[in-house]
Amino acid sequence: MGAWFADNGLLLGLALLDGLASAALIFLVAVGLNLVFGVLRVLNIAHGSLYAIGAYTAAGLGAALGSGSLPAWAALGVLVLAAALVGAVLGPLIERMLLRRIYAEENVLQLLVTFALFMMLEDVQKLIWGVQPVHHDAAMRLFGTVDVPFGSDFIPFTAYQLFVLPGIAVLVLVGLVWFLRATLSGRMIVAVTTDREAATAIGINADRVYLLTFTAGAVLAALGGALSSPTAAIVPGVGASTIVLSFAVVATAGLGRIEGAALTALMIGLGRSVAVYFFPEAEVLIPYLIMVAVLLVKPQGLFGTLETRRI
Amino acid sequence: MTHRREALLALLFALAVLAAAFAVPWLRFVLTLALAKGIAALGVMLLLRAGQVSFGHAMFVAFAAYAVAFLAGQVGEALLLLPLAILLAALLGLVIGLFVARYREIFFGMLNLALSMVFYSLLEKFYSITHGTDGMRVPAVTWAGMATERVGGEWAVLVAALVLAIGFALLARLYLASPLGEALQGIKTREARLEFMGLPPRRVLLVAYVLSAAMAGTAGALIALTTRHVTPLMGYWTASGELVFIVILGGAGGVLGPFLGAIAYELVRVYAAASVADAWQLILGAVLLAVILFARGGLFSLLRGRRA
Repeated sequence: MGAWFADNGLLLGLALLDGLASAALIFLVAVGLNLVFGVLRVLNIAHGSLYAIGAYTAAGLGAALGSGSLPAWAALGVLVLAAALVGAVLGPLIERMLLRRIYAEENVLQLLVTFALFMMLEDVQKLIWGVQPVHHDAAMRLFGTVDVPFGSDFIPFTAYQLFVLPGIAVLVLVGLVWFLRATLSGRMIVAVTTDREAATAIGINADRVYLLTFTAGAVLAALGGALSSPTAAIVPGVGASTIVLSFAVVATAGLGRIEGAALTALMIGLGRSVAVYFFPEAEVLIPYLIMVAVLLVKPQGLFGTLETRRI
Repeated sequence: MTHRREALLALLFALAVLAAAFAVPWLRFVLTLALAKGIAALGVMLLLRAGQVSFGHAMFVAFAAYAVAFLAGQVGEALLLLPLAILLAALLGLVIGLFVARYREIFFGMLNLALSMVFYSLLEKFYSITHGTDGMRVPAVTWAGMATERVGGEWAVLVAALVLAIGFALLARLYLASPLGEALQGIKTREARLEFMGLPPRRVLLVAYVLSAAMAGTAGALIALTTRHVTPLMGYWTASGELVFIVILGGAGGVLGPFLGAIAYELVRVYAAASVADAWQLILGAVLLAVILFARGGLFSLLRGRRA
């Protein structure tokens, strides 16, 4: 073990730094999915489509506004703006038109409604943005690189992946926890989650809370997509792989747990990048292996409990 | 519906399939695929009886398909190859079922999904064995010792699919009417009552799971023999969603529902893909939404409603 660390310790360090960015992105998507499930009790398969649409919109908006010649923070602002737009338009639309009709239905039918929506949105993406990879990395380039010492050498990391993405993820985590615990709207969300009937009886408008929560979840999904767009080309099918990954995070963390989603996303993100360095074939397996291992020991997830309070 | 009417309906259905395949040659391929998917959907329906939805049964489809692709070189006889692939899928179902039968609802669905994605990634990543996303060709096989040319081969698979479809429909019907099958609904309503009656819910679900895995495996073996080419995409999670879709489309009532749903699904897919290549998922999604929101009983109840 000691000898292995002497040889590979530095490489392991690099792998961990690499994993931070992917953990941050996984967290953003998974926490949105988790929030929506906690309140609406609907596992939204189309959440992955919102991620993809967020990514496409961010790339498109960035190209249209010429964000390559903007200051770095403005280019980042463009990404966030694109996410907010997608979430604010599609979120209420989906909740009002579709989900509202099926809250009283069985789980199976709810899953299938969001699956149908997912199928439709997959083709909508192809019709709007085509099937060619879309890439617009202005925001990442503008933030420049940071040299990380590696033995006697230096390895350049992009500041965007090393600081910006993890920073935003931490901000979202802290902001979300603060929002749910300290603000009136947040506490209303917690109340509806705990007991919808009692919450309605004391005058909370549950419909509004559902709408608010779903829109917030949609913005988070789109934000994950938008922030990922500078780091990799967007290809058809990215929504499908994203949603499975966030399912794995949510089930591992325990349904409806926000801090748990953060820790699990970190575990899975780091685990994957370590795998890329040391056992490349296993990279895609890591999230599921972690999930299966956790559920074998704790069937309700790492932080899941059997009590009714979920957030 | 009485036994006799259902038997009559099944017979009419089989004759209609054969007649359509005879009259329109290109339908042979579509109908074989539809029957295969109908068998897999029937398996998924058994689990739905217990209120459990699996978003991972395409794993068993892909597993059996690859089993056929690997074994066809050594076992060149389709009538041996089919039972072998089904048996292997059932064994995999037993191993995985022992694990997932402990979980319910969302967790059951997600675990199936996760395991199927593990299998999918294995197929995709181990290029030296599975040829990755390129997939594998299935060597030609004999039927009852006879080498078949293209058209004869197509007929052979179609007839095999039809026989297996009827066989599994009968089996499913007997099973659902047996105490073990009736107990499935107990898992959906209240599990504790089953335990009080001395029936272990896990074992009840496990039996259904192994059966459904065998049926999905049957579908995979048939598809491999029809398309003669297997790819990891057969096991992707969206393929599992397709199976659940077919059950809902057909209506989760009788054992004929999944087959009706599968044929409707395949026909819509073929026509939609031919006329609007980039929008067939859009059309299927809209159909699925329409069925769930406006025709809850599925196609099966629509047909019945009109007759009554």
